[in-house]
Amino acid sequence: MDADKKIQQRKQNRKNRLKAVRRHWQLYLIVALPVIYLIVFRYMPIIGSQIAFRDYTFRGGIWNSPFVGLKHFKTFFSSPQFSRLMINTLGLSVYGIIVGIFPPIILSISLNYVRMKWFGKTVQMVTYMPYFISTVLIVGILTQMLSLTGPVNRLIQTLGGEAVHFMGSPKLFKSLYVFSDVWQKTGYNAVIYISALAAVDQELHEAATVDGANIWQRIRYIDIPGILPTAVILLIMSCGNILTIGYEKVLLLQNDLNMTSSDIISTYVYRIGLTSMQYSYSTAIGIFQSVVSLFLLLVVNKISDKVSETSLF
Amino acid sequence: MKKNWNNNRVFYVVNMVFLVLCFLIVALPIVNVIASSLSTPNAVVRGKVSFWPIGFNFDAYQQILANKMLLTGYKNSIIYMTVGTCVNIVMTILAAYPLSVKDFVGRKVITSMFIFVMIFTAPLIPTYLNVKNLGLLDSMWALILPGAISVYNMVIARTYFQNSIPGEMLESARLDGCDDVGILLRMVLPLSKSIIAVLVLYYAVYHWNSYFDAFIYLSTDSKFTLQLVLRNIMSSVAALQEMVATAEQSMRAATIEVLKYAVIVVGSIPLIVLYPFIQKHFVKGVMIGSVKG
Repeated sequence: MDADKKIQQRKQNRKNRLKAVRRHWQLYLIVALPVIYLIVFRYMPIIGSQIAFRDYTFRGGIWNSPFVGLKHFKTFFSSPQFSRLMINTLGLSVYGIIVGIFPPIILSISLNYVRMKWFGKTVQMVTYMPYFISTVLIVGILTQMLSLTGPVNRLIQTLGGEAVHFMGSPKLFKSLYVFSDVWQKTGYNAVIYISALAAVDQELHEAATVDGANIWQRIRYIDIPGILPTAVILLIMSCGNILTIGYEKVLLLQNDLNMTSSDIISTYVYRIGLTSMQYSYSTAIGIFQSVVSLFLLLVVNKISDKVSETSLF
Repeated sequence: MKKNWNNNRVFYVVNMVFLVLCFLIVALPIVNVIASSLSTPNAVVRGKVSFWPIGFNFDAYQQILANKMLLTGYKNSIIYMTVGTCVNIVMTILAAYPLSVKDFVGRKVITSMFIFVMIFTAPLIPTYLNVKNLGLLDSMWALILPGAISVYNMVIARTYFQNSIPGEMLESARLDGCDDVGILLRMVLPLSKSIIAVLVLYYAVYHWNSYFDAFIYLSTDSKFTLQLVLRNIMSSVAALQEMVATAEQSMRAATIEVLKYAVIVVGSIPLIVLYPFIQKHFVKGVMIGSVKG
């Protein structure tokens, strides 16, 4: 009896599905173009990544170049560059995450409690603006401001210090990268927290005020818990990008002088691949990068799901 | 209100000072760049310019605007941005709409296909070889087709279609005999103007500001984007010297410095001018995006 019912149910389901397919046949036509795009431009390169396990030759191409297994991965892991690249990459992104996480939160809370609305609006608008300046020009501004004869060095000299060669210093490279990012993106990143703060229940604030809480206490016990889920999600996403940080800007800031600290995996992949034309080796490093990123994303997601019940998926 | 002010006076004052500081940190470098670009080379090199032009003049701008590469770059970037954004919008909607229909069989599979490429990207070389094999090297399509859909933006659009357009309305249209294409064109799109505006902005800004794709895919000067041209001008002394060939020998280095400032201003003007108008929509986009789908 029960089995009978199940079979009946399954038949019914199949019928419904068929009906749905027939009813929505046009949707398949609509979605066809995006699916073709996905296959041609997104999955073909993934299939092409198999050259990491081959010795790529122009004649053999993706499918017929000689298979060499994990040779390129082994070469990379045992190469002297490996540890330097890992240290630089991890150092730069962890530094960036740590420095970058608080300024948008502080700015958004600060804007939330401003008494003159027009003033808050102005500050928000101005701090948001650098987000629209391209990376090429951000690097241009940095170079101009920090050049040996630029305004910053002039100020240092007026105060009695010695001129600093910012752009050519391996020691300062990471800070340059991280703090120029803070300069450019804090306003933009604050917007998401501002909307999270706006979603906080206002009655909580009223009740707290009646009970005699001051603003510091209201921030500590109402606002911060309110924006914590957002912060966690953003943190998860940035952890997934730990190995793939904005190579465009690093590449633009890179020069022979700061190379020891500015050479990261992404720029190495670019240099080995497109400048030295070692296609297979570069792809192997790229795969390593993507796989580790994927792994990190899943791990951090799992941890935050357990700890704070906030997760990406 | 009065009591609130008295109890928290310290907070409000500290907060105000903090925001003024934020404002200055962001604004002063920009003001300095603009002031320097309008000053005489002599004043810039001697470090006299802080936040107001010394010896106000437009010489640097005249020299830059006489540069053909820059104008070509502007023209190319406008074309690539316009065509690219149109492709982006059409493709994104074509993907987002079917994936927002709840009883669309295959929805889960296709959505997972999208999510997978968002979290696992192919390395640089296979991507490059793919573009090369398709015969797109050194053409504007190399900058447009590989990124035709940003999965993130597609998810934003899909979430909007799901949450902001009343399902009952679409259902009743379906009962009245309207097919899926009709629903998309006559009901969904007219109701989605705000999200489309947001997507246009996201994609257009991306096209305008991106540098790396043009850098690796383009090789002919006449096809270069503005960002590529700007980078070449900023980083090569030769390109700058060409512009100041008329200046006296002793003044060349100084003139080049001013030119660099002017190049920065000319390069960022389009978005900075549009920015106050589009900022509102950007904020809206962030809020739609933050609604978990």
